[in-house]
Amino acid sequence: RERQRHRQREEKQGQPHKRRKTSDANETEDHLESLICKVGEKSACSLESNLEGLAGVLEADLPNYKSKILRLLCTVARLLPEKLTIYTTLVGLLNARNYNFGGEFVEAMIRQLKESLKANNYNEAVYLVRFLSDLVNCHVIAAPSMVAMFENFVSVTQEEDVPQVRRDWYVYAFLSSLPWVGKELYEKKDAEMDRIFANTESYLKRRQKTHVPMLQVWTAEKPHPQEEYLDCLWAQIQKLKKDRWQERHILRPYLAFDSILCEALQHNLPPFTPPPHTEDSVYPMPRVIFRMFDYTDDPEGPVMPGSHSVERFVIEENLHCIIKSHWKERKTCAAQLVSYPGKNKIPLNYHIVEVIFAELFQLPAPPHIDVMYTTLLIELCKLQPGSLPQVLAQATEMLYMRLDTMNTTCVDRFINWFSHHLSNFQFRWSWEDWSDCLTQDPESPKPKFVREVLEKCMRLSYHQRILDIVPPTFSALCPANPTCIYKYGDESSNSLPGHSVALCLAVAFKSKATNDEIFSILKDVPNPNQDDDDDEGFSFNPLKIEVFVQTLLHLAAKSFSHSFSALAKFHEVFKTLAESDEGKLHVLRVMFEVWRNHPQMIAVLVDKMIRTQIVDCAAVANWIFSSELSRDFTRLFVWEILHSTIRKMNKHVLKIQKELEEAKEKLARQHKRRSDDDDRSSDRKDGALEEQIERLQEKVESAQSEQKNLFLVIFQRFIMILTEHLVRCETDGTSVLTPWYKNCIERLQQIFLQHHQIIQQYMVTLENLLFTAELDPHILAVFQQFCALQA
Amino acid sequence: DHGGILCGDSSLELSEYQDQQFGGDNDEQEKLLKDSSTLYVGNLSFYTTEEQIYELFSRCGDVKNVFMGLDKIKKTACGFCFIEYHNRFDAENAMLFLNGTCLDDHTICTDWDLGFREGRQYSHHRSGGQIRNEFREDSDIGRGGFGKQAQAHDRRGIH
Repeated sequence: RERQRHRQREEKQGQPHKRRKTSDANETEDHLESLICKVGEKSACSLESNLEGLAGVLEADLPNYKSKILRLLCTVARLLPEKLTIYTTLVGLLNARNYNFGGEFVEAMIRQLKESLKANNYNEAVYLVRFLSDLVNCHVIAAPSMVAMFENFVSVTQEEDVPQVRRDWYVYAFLSSLPWVGKELYEKKDAEMDRIFANTESYLKRRQKTHVPMLQVWTAEKPHPQEEYLDCLWAQIQKLKKDRWQERHILRPYLAFDSILCEALQHNLPPFTPPPHTEDSVYPMPRVIFRMFDYTDDPEGPVMPGSHSVERFVIEENLHCIIKSHWKERKTCAAQLVSYPGKNKIPLNYHIVEVIFAELFQLPAPPHIDVMYTTLLIELCKLQPGSLPQVLAQATEMLYMRLDTMNTTCVDRFINWFSHHLSNFQFRWSWEDWSDCLTQDPESPKPKFVREVLEKCMRLSYHQRILDIVPPTFSALCPANPTCIYKYGDESSNSLPGHSVALCLAVAFKSKATNDEIFSILKDVPNPNQDDDDDEGFSFNPLKIEVFVQTLLHLAAKSFSHSFSALAKFHEVFKTLAESDEGKLHVLRVMFEVWRNHPQMIAVLVDKMIRTQIVDCAAVANWIFSSELSRDFTRLFVWEILHSTIRKMNKHVLKIQKELEEAKEKLARQHKRRSDDDDRSSDRKDGALEEQIERLQEKVESAQSEQKNLFLVIFQRFIMILTEHLVRCETDGTSVLTPWYKNCIERLQQIFLQHHQIIQQYMVTLENLLFTAELDPHILAVFQQFCALQA
Repeated sequence: DHGGILCGDSSLELSEYQDQQFGGDNDEQEKLLKDSSTLYVGNLSFYTTEEQIYELFSRCGDVKNVFMGLDKIKKTACGFCFIEYHNRFDAENAMLFLNGTCLDDHTICTDWDLGFREGRQYSHHRSGGQIRNEFREDSDIGRGGFGKQAQAHDRRGIH
């Protein structure tokens, strides 16, 4: 029995064994859901006959299950946009059989659209708008009423005192529906459409684009310009218009049913007023369109549609939609991607790889967690072992070639992706192809990239493995063996101050000493900073910190667990030694000296020290900008530590805010119960809760203040070092654009982008205190680009 | 509104595994598993270190704890571990994206766990190793060669 239990646990690697459904009650509804969701998938019958069959089944079920069917269809419109035209055809067939149902469906969609907009679900709202516009092609909605809706959309561009991102969205919703319905709308209402186009064009000409450089993956315009998304879409629609709306890529099942559908009566969309802008409205961030391939990259296969072709737009949209629908199930996602309809006419693997990297490198952040893309690509390689790995290798090569102009944040993601990917394929790679990096300045992007990749590969394996996988010529780029550096370890350290205390401590630690015993040993350590200690001898004494931290970390060097144990056991000593700000900084400094060969250990120790409050977030920020770290300032591990620190700070604030909210809600419930029962006795209970709320309120304010201070410290330090560099370059007459500078200015950008929601709260302070007009324009530009993002 | 086809996260569902040493009943076990932030990770190489595990699993969020699975008798690594995250969300990401991928050239598997308690890091089999490893028929150098010879020899000489 035991054997069976254990074996079952690991039987199906990658797909756990599912528990059976027990409920019988909703069998019919589940069946309907299943029919609707599955239509369009691989089947023995044609899509047309499946749609016709399903329309018949649903029509028959309308009397009893109408609201369920309405809900299901609205849901698939929202959540399965890659199957848009399949579902619009289905709705068209239903409308032809039951006019009232068609009307109710349109009303339900409009209601859903309004809800989505109010809930700031703008991405879903686009799919709903597109669905409605394709319903024109299915004779469910009358073209003139759709044109009227688009007129209202584009009139939002005339609104004043609203964020540009609001106006952008309404224009985007209009333009991105045109590949599906442009032809029909133009045929019916060309004069009105021309007017809407003219308004759109004048808006696109006058809108500001300060934010664009901050969102571009590469700073170079060659080989492919990194266009702002609305500019690209406009160019694509212009070309489509010039081609007289001939669009051949979109699958249009309704064409086969034309004789039935054109007999159907159409509905008019009710006049749609875009909901007004409110303070709570949050619109999507602008984007830059990521392009890395064109038709020259796959000379053997089908031609890749050009960057301004509407086919390119539709393919990319559909692939993004597939990922959005299935990202949590990588096997399904990969299968859906590789079975994209019409795949024989396009270089599908190239599109897939480009779309995945587009998401992975998207600024400010990828739509989904980074690791998802890694495992999706691995799954795709498994699914298409004869073709996809080659495209991926080609892509990797291209990304490597263009490292010089790639945004630092994107390089980070490239490093993490590539190292994790290699670890799934026994680290096989043709490193010699990258020998050009060996002769370059080690601080320039290519050798730096290789060094960071090898470091991450080592973390996923072990040091000797890395030496084995690269050619001997690459040994200079291999990471250091992650060993501990103990300064009191060898004979030459006899003369170091504190050496004898260090030996004493080592003995004490090994004999399982208590905190008190350690304190008493440390009492004997002289303070190099002052002539006489104060009474307790615990003012900032760097030498005490040095001997304690060096010795303890050295003894606990065996593993992370050993080190964490040591931090926990001697927490009291740590807290006392690191009480002052200087103390905290020195603890970090000494820890760094011990573990400078093992960046991973440094990161986990900093994490633990923050969580156990040995150091605070500001200390870590100051340490990162300190002179001791200047040599490692451009290394990836430093920035991973900083961003992890900021995230911990953010989570801490959220946690206390949540506690406060919960306490307030509890009080409100108590009040309500009291007014219901008219019970005086709970007045006393109120007191304790009110006190708790007051305490939490103070805690929240204190945490928020600490959080703001952390960002201000970081920005201040950036401004200082960047200004220093700029002034020096001016004096020396050298170029500002060194690899260090590019790295540093993009790291500043990264702070803004990765934590933009929090930083938005500080705009006034930042503008008045730090990013003032007197600042060097290079630095000020970053702030201005950030302001433009949601302006 | 519905956990059906449109929900798309069947990879998070519970497996058939039931911890026989758990004190409560099956419903209780199921509820704890649904809130758990701890994962069991199996089919590790005997040589895989805590550091490697941290690196891989940190890609899903900050790792709170790693408890290496040990041979009950020899107290050496025997190819499994428990990983605890600070929150459920990060653990879910690990289940979704790391289950069935490689660590140290082994395809690892992850499963929800009730939460680490002292004693659970020891394998159950009488001879010290994991039951599945005793009956493994293929040769896996990283898991002691063929199944019946669970010899954990540290070729890297680190620990």
